[in-house]
Amino acid sequence: MENVLEISDLNVSFALHNSEVHAVRDLNFSLRAGETLAVVGESGSGKSQSFLSIMGLLARNGRATGSAKMGDVELVGMPPRQLDKYRGKDIAMIFQDPMTSLNPSLKIKRQLSEVLVKHQNYDEKKALKEAIEMLERVGIPSPERRANAYPHELSGGMRQRVMIAMALLCRPKILIADEPTTALDVTVQAQMLDLFRSLTKDFGTALVMITHNLGVVAGVADRMMVMYGGRAVETGHVDDLFYDPRHPYTLGLLSSTPNPAERAKRLTPIEGLPPSLEHLPKGCAFNPRCKFRFEKCFEERPPLEPFGEAERKKACFYEGQLLAEERSA
Amino acid sequence: MSAVEMDTGIPLLEVENLKKTFSIATSLLRKPLTLTALEDINFTVRAGETLGIVGESGCGKSTLGRCILQLIEPDEGKVLWLGEDLTKLGSEKMRKRRQDLQIIFQDPLASLNPRMTVGEIIADPLRTLRPDISKTERRARVLRMMEAVGLLPEMINRYPHEFSGGQAQRIGIARALITEPKLIVCDEPVSALDVSIQAQILNLLSELKEEFGLTLVFISHDLSVVRHVSDRILVLYLGRIAELSPGHELYTDPKHPYSQALLLAAPIPDPKTARARTLEGLKGEVPSPINPPSGCRFRTRCPYAKEICADQVPPLEDIEGGRLVACHRWREIEAELTGG
Repeated sequence: MENVLEISDLNVSFALHNSEVHAVRDLNFSLRAGETLAVVGESGSGKSQSFLSIMGLLARNGRATGSAKMGDVELVGMPPRQLDKYRGKDIAMIFQDPMTSLNPSLKIKRQLSEVLVKHQNYDEKKALKEAIEMLERVGIPSPERRANAYPHELSGGMRQRVMIAMALLCRPKILIADEPTTALDVTVQAQMLDLFRSLTKDFGTALVMITHNLGVVAGVADRMMVMYGGRAVETGHVDDLFYDPRHPYTLGLLSSTPNPAERAKRLTPIEGLPPSLEHLPKGCAFNPRCKFRFEKCFEERPPLEPFGEAERKKACFYEGQLLAEERSA
Repeated sequence: MSAVEMDTGIPLLEVENLKKTFSIATSLLRKPLTLTALEDINFTVRAGETLGIVGESGCGKSTLGRCILQLIEPDEGKVLWLGEDLTKLGSEKMRKRRQDLQIIFQDPLASLNPRMTVGEIIADPLRTLRPDISKTERRARVLRMMEAVGLLPEMINRYPHEFSGGQAQRIGIARALITEPKLIVCDEPVSALDVSIQAQILNLLSELKEEFGLTLVFISHDLSVVRHVSDRILVLYLGRIAELSPGHELYTDPKHPYSQALLLAAPIPDPKTARARTLEGLKGEVPSPINPPSGCRFRTRCPYAKEICADQVPPLEDIEGGRLVACHRWREIEAELTGG
């Protein structure tokens, strides 16, 4: 499968008063055409900043180095003017709160048709027709009427659908969705996940789903990348990571997540707190919270390395099937 | 806890015909609109159980929690605490009663006074509700409570902003527990926390429940979390009870079409099961509580709705096994689902 995005040695840092915080370190991965990649991690893991940096949307004190190539186009370090040629056309991003991403003073139809007028040189009439078709495609009832509405007149679920419609107007190769269902009700979240599944299939768009919710990951993703303390700690196919996690943090996330289909007696939380990016522990950043740690983990940082056959990688010195070991313990 | 043990539990709290409306001013010239947040709410909470309250935004679950504690005054109905109607108590008597009934909020940092130290925050309810307790004794109790919730004694003089969300929630829990309450309303206590921290707090709550013999009312939008902690679960939809059932029964054999839809929509952290689910999920979103549908409030989204559902409000029917269901057609739906 063709790679639509190739990330190598991506680093993101933020300048503070008299120090620098590294939010993302040495990120390497590729995104394949049409696949759904889930990026999983807790707050401060660097999962959002990695993709904001690719979109050129870092805060003013942020800086990205390394490379993010979309075909032959290098996105890292590209001036905003030039980025605008690709943003919204080849690569699009949607966020958790659609209200803050929509312009409150413009009608929905204006905001949508503008994208096509700008990127595809459509005339107003053709753009509007296409916009209304897309609204219908993402499941908005009576799209002509809704197109005439202002964002505040729509419900949260409807607004998120408008955002998705806007992101898909130019049939981008890549759609980055940052916690797109977190603010929605359960029944609406289910509708959204259904929509993502069918849209990626119909448009061949590669989807990056940034989330902390493993239930969401299980339902939509093909592959996943788990991040901790600014680094990728485990990557691979969703089934492999869920049924045979090899990084203790992945195991911890799974054991912390209650399953509505079964009632466990007790959850097994990850003890301790997520690390402060300013004071990462020496060696493996997860070592203070790890059940499987040994001496080496305090001295050296484990690199993200491939193992086994199924395109898996992990950044952990411990060798063993963690889930099986936890269950027998 | 088994169903048999729970059935012997005496009701600690009884809520009868509770109704709460809010009036919403749209402009100076127009008559204000009425939003019915809760209507016909009847249920009991038994000593020692955890009653989960689940529903989507606008279903009234937080309003219900606050009505129980009289933080919001209900329009109609009774809230009986060991037989005594809290809605009739004067504010002075209600203050005393607050020792027994406490609350934990969703946003742990926002619910802590930033100018007070951790020790002052935790001691605060004790200072106002139990002025008879000496300062030394108060401090001793604060330290005991900090230990119980997993905070280190040296944190006593720190301020809330120095703590992470999970630790702040521990402070909130310690503050709720300091008066040795019998019942705690937990309003989305883990929704703002990271997954790994969420599990820590859920486990802490269940340990504390055992240790202090607490009764919990656990409000959440997250079905997985509610199932994990609750003995019985109350499903709310647009201000009315759709179903009240023991947790296991609700999750394995939901009777109300809305309970069924909620379960079907809950994300399952298991890729194979998640993929195998071919869900014909609910269409649309929750209608506005300002102008709710006539009859059954769920009928506009219900795949089984018939004429009767628009004409009559379905009564909350007591079916076998300690279950309550408010649906005109639940028997027919069950026959349809099992038969075909």
